Amino acid sequence: MPGASSVEIRKVNKHHGQFHALKDVDLDILPGKVTCLIGPSGSGKSTLLRCINFLDEYESGEIRIDGQLIGYQSPGGARMPGRTLREIRRSIGMVFQQFNLWPHMTALGNVTEGLIRVRGLPKTEAERRAREALEKVGLSDKMASHPSRLSGGQQQRVAIARTLAMEPRLMLFDEPTSALDPELVGEVLNVMKTLATEGMTMVVVTHEMGFAAHVADQVAFMEKGELVSVDVPDKILHNPQDSRIKAFLRTYHERNSF
Amino acid sequence: MDWTILQQYGPLLLSGFGTTILCWALGTVFSMVLGLLIALLQRYGPRPLGWVIQAYIEIIRGTPFLVQLFVLYYGGPLIGLRLDALPAGLLGLTIYGSPYFAEIFRSAFNAVPLGQIEAARAIGMSELSIIRRILLPLGLVSALPALVNFSIILTKETVILSIITVPELTYQTQRMSTETFRYIEANLALALFFWALVETISRVGRKLEKRVTRHLIERT
Repeated sequence: MPGASSVEIRKVNKHHGQFHALKDVDLDILPGKVTCLIGPSGSGKSTLLRCINFLDEYESGEIRIDGQLIGYQSPGGARMPGRTLREIRRSIGMVFQQFNLWPHMTALGNVTEGLIRVRGLPKTEAERRAREALEKVGLSDKMASHPSRLSGGQQQRVAIARTLAMEPRLMLFDEPTSALDPELVGEVLNVMKTLATEGMTMVVVTHEMGFAAHVADQVAFMEKGELVSVDVPDKILHNPQDSRIKAFLRTYHERNSF
Repeated sequence: MDWTILQQYGPLLLSGFGTTILCWALGTVFSMVLGLLIALLQRYGPRPLGWVIQAYIEIIRGTPFLVQLFVLYYGGPLIGLRLDALPAGLLGLTIYGSPYFAEIFRSAFNAVPLGQIEAARAIGMSELSIIRRILLPLGLVSALPALVNFSIILTKETVILSIITVPELTYQTQRMSTETFRYIEANLALALFFWALVETISRVGRKLEKRVTRHLIERT
């Protein structure tokens, strides 16, 4: 994919009140590659993901997207002006666990909204691109439906189309299948696999170990705000050296053995 | 009871009812708009402004409308604010209603899921666009039942305007009863007019509610 972004995360720290949510986290997100963040709940994976587009504000360290620092004018300096932040966010897509579609708009309306309000496209052009994006996620027959009429899997695919239409160079997925009924998980993962093969830079917080094993280029394991280890999926998932990763994966194996 | 008296006073009562509706409608619209503005300033304005607004809300909610109206109409001229009865009444209603509407809007805005606002931020939407396209439409829908409810309460606050001689329905029925001593008929007529007004508002409110929520209710 032309213009896929890279992200450098250096010594990032973040507190939620007293709670030290991210501790000196270092991570490189490579352009056109899929990085999966795994780990127990409360380990800081979602927080780290949300710091990449500055929905969560990190306090120290640096996060650079294609070399450009996000959130601050300089490392440790003043906050970045809202306009600059919004411009950077335009090229970063984000998909949420709870879909977060706008319930008062149709599927098509959800996708055109950003194209019209943020990209400033005329309505007809926005609708043409929105239709393309919805077709890509297999929802050409649901364009006029409101979210309340769609299944969870369909809602999440609309949410993916909503970010795709903005032509992002980096996509962040925050547990995109965790709120779905098990039989609806596949349709969302399939769309994500397609994006991965097309060379989109993706960062995915997930509990889907199968997806991490087969689609990810690298897997990062986090625990208690620390990035414990990052490596190719096979090393992390099948050959972990760290006892914390072993313990975490054991709970999966126990749960799935029947 | 002697209802023939209504033939004589009917036109007077009807004109009073007209004034009541006018005061209610304008008072509701003005105080709703002011309330919305207050709620937005409270949400987006600087913190000191928030404290000032909170004080305003507490003072207006903590004192009777009757007292506020007296101060405005009879005390106003002392500071150079000389208003006729009707404008004074409208201004009074606007001030009295605004903090209640502000609180309705505040809680409605808080009820808009943060995730839906974050989704808009994540694609780079400006806060102004988010207010216009996400916060207001969703907030107004969830506020609607409470807005209708307080509008109904305001219908009955208009009777207090009679003490500053606004010629609304209460003022006219009082005139009728002092001229004819038909207190029961006058008050029954007053009650009937109000009941008709309130019933109409609540029916329109329910229709509106049904209309605006038709896409938001989950059907599985």
